[in-house]
Amino acid sequence: MMMLLRRSAPGHGYFWFVLFGSLLGVAPTQAQNTAPPGATVKLGIVSFLTGPAAAPFGIPGRNGAEIMIEAMNAGKVPAPFDKVGFGGSTIESKYIDETGSTANVVTEFRNLVQRDQVDAVVGYVSSGSCLAVTPVAEELKALTVFYDCGTPRIFEERPRAYVFRVSPHATMDNVAAARYLLAKKSDITSYSGLNQNYAWGQDSWRDFAAAMQVLAPKIVVDKALFPKLFAGEYGTEISTLLTSKSQVLHTSFYDGDLEAFIYQEQARALDKRMTILATTGEAAIWRLRDKMPSGTIIGARGANGPLAPDSELNRWFQKIYSDRYGTPPTYPAYQMAMSLLGLKLAYEKAKTGEAKPITDQVAAAFKGIEFEGPSGSVKLAIGDGHQGISETAYGTYRFNKETNEPEIVDIVRFPAECVNPPAGVNADGWIKGGMKGAKC
Amino acid sequence: MVRGDRIAAGSAFLAAAVAGFMLPDWIISLATIAFANGLVVLGLIVMWRAGLVSFGQALYYCMGGYAVALIGRWGGVTDAFLLVLVGGLSAAGISFVIGFLLARYREIFFAMLSLALSMILYGLLVKTESLGSTDGLNVIVPTFLGYAPHQEKLIVALYFLVLVVCATAALLVGAYFRSLAGALAIPVRDNELRVEFLGMSVSRLIHTKLVISALLAGTGGALAALAVGHVDPNMSYWTTSGEFVFITILAGAGSVGAAFVGSLAFESVRSFAFAMLPQLWEILLGSVLLLTILFLPQGLGSLIERLHWGREAKAP
Repeated sequence: MMMLLRRSAPGHGYFWFVLFGSLLGVAPTQAQNTAPPGATVKLGIVSFLTGPAAAPFGIPGRNGAEIMIEAMNAGKVPAPFDKVGFGGSTIESKYIDETGSTANVVTEFRNLVQRDQVDAVVGYVSSGSCLAVTPVAEELKALTVFYDCGTPRIFEERPRAYVFRVSPHATMDNVAAARYLLAKKSDITSYSGLNQNYAWGQDSWRDFAAAMQVLAPKIVVDKALFPKLFAGEYGTEISTLLTSKSQVLHTSFYDGDLEAFIYQEQARALDKRMTILATTGEAAIWRLRDKMPSGTIIGARGANGPLAPDSELNRWFQKIYSDRYGTPPTYPAYQMAMSLLGLKLAYEKAKTGEAKPITDQVAAAFKGIEFEGPSGSVKLAIGDGHQGISETAYGTYRFNKETNEPEIVDIVRFPAECVNPPAGVNADGWIKGGMKGAKC
Repeated sequence: MVRGDRIAAGSAFLAAAVAGFMLPDWIISLATIAFANGLVVLGLIVMWRAGLVSFGQALYYCMGGYAVALIGRWGGVTDAFLLVLVGGLSAAGISFVIGFLLARYREIFFAMLSLALSMILYGLLVKTESLGSTDGLNVIVPTFLGYAPHQEKLIVALYFLVLVVCATAALLVGAYFRSLAGALAIPVRDNELRVEFLGMSVSRLIHTKLVISALLAGTGGALAALAVGHVDPNMSYWTTSGEFVFITILAGAGSVGAAFVGSLAFESVRSFAFAMLPQLWEILLGSVLLLTILFLPQGLGSLIERLHWGREAKAP
């Protein structure tokens, strides 16, 4: 071994040189590929393209970006978004997978900004990715729009200058869920929860339970279950729930887990004993169809999909998306569309004359922006003008046997100020403190 | 021979240092993370030589990372040297304790037990909402003995910190390999009983290796945490351990430098695959590993040895 070690050593220098040399070789080639300034706007789009979160969130988000960017470049988006691309400059997009360790996500973010010289990054589904990318984006002064991640921590920990999120954070999902539940089923005495054992599930349950505590302190929690993420098998939980007298089951399950749970609980008729309240259920209705129990309370992380208000823009978006991908857009596609429209408006607001606006100008124009998109009106009202709030809606699921299509009926809309904390207030503390200042 | 060795190692270090001033930031930050991970791989090589494969190295990696995040957050310590030291030592401390148990197992039992231990930490972190559960925590921006750089300067400063720590680790581990305890790794792998009959305690030898590899993994985790700026429980998930084993196979256990070369190659290939095939990058990465196993069963390190053999033959 000593011999091996000695012999191998001189080769190292050679190898390091080759590796660094080859890396160095990449940089100039990349630089040549960039178009002359002003002609195009380069966007990095990051979303789950592989792995378990790809099918429910990543791919609809990516598709939403693809079709939206195509329509923008063709100048086909209805007014007031009808300028070609971003203020006349065509959009060039680069898609990157969000899968991998945090180190990997951050490295790829840096690569987009520093190697590929993108003008802005739009993306990220996982709250972990968003939290990790935020300080790097601030440090690199790179304009970043998060589209799907839900954690309110991003703008609560400290004010940000270059990071924006048009999509409202996850607080309103569970506050509105509690309000809808109490409006529709005022006679319940207890409820249970089934949420995945990771940040999303824990936060969803904490917000929901806290909101229920404030709105109806007499209603008690019976079972709070936290199975493993992507467990896929819920026999034990269903048995436990069947012994419960709760009238409602809160769940933030999505996609594979939600589908597996629905199939398994139907065999044992759990939904006949308690109403299921699925905060992200909308993303699954087009796949589950008549398998989704009628009477399930459905949320869509905002007024998205079938919960979106009827407007020309919404009908247009539904049509181009369904025509291309053969399925109606679910909420991640809406969130992506809204994020891109917000960025487009900010860019156009910042652009004066022919020159490309600099990042600081776009960020300044983005702050506090307000507009109407496919999911209704949104306003970047909290998080120092960086975090969007919008109205949200909940409804009850029904499979229409005549038209053979899923339906959401009994929709109740909640104004943005009713379900979101006011500016400068932590979401967590706002709910626990009795949701002061809520205008319903 | 030894002199040639040192010259080569020194020039490699110098080349990497010079590169720190010349290359664009994104390469520097990629290399920073690659070299930090290289330390973990070096720790795996220490055990690999004794025939032990750990599928739980992420335990120490994660310990190092969380130690940095928590001390920075609650203790208000910002000095990078101190943070990295504490990160490494806390991992080594844990490994010293569980080493009494682990050092008694070999082969698949060792691999599985180490994996189980790392998953315990994962489970604990996921359950701890005050530490952000799976979302994790941000890490403070470090200072260097009172020097507080920002942006580009911070990236370069971290790169040099990682470079210095890696060079120190490489020198010390190299010395360890040449020492009696280090040289006994192969005999331990081949025939434990014989080593015992030589009057050496195999379990103590292995216990030492465990602590060394944990110290390296903890230091790597601490450096990676500073470079990434965020820690989350996935650092302790078994796929993270698997990735380190992957890099070890790619690098080969032949030499100290292979760990860093392999890690840099892995990060570069992955980043390249991400850019080239956003939806199929795993296929490219898997093919690289397959081809390495088929054509370079001893890893990338063996390529260096082959080059050297060629040179040796020409000038005996």
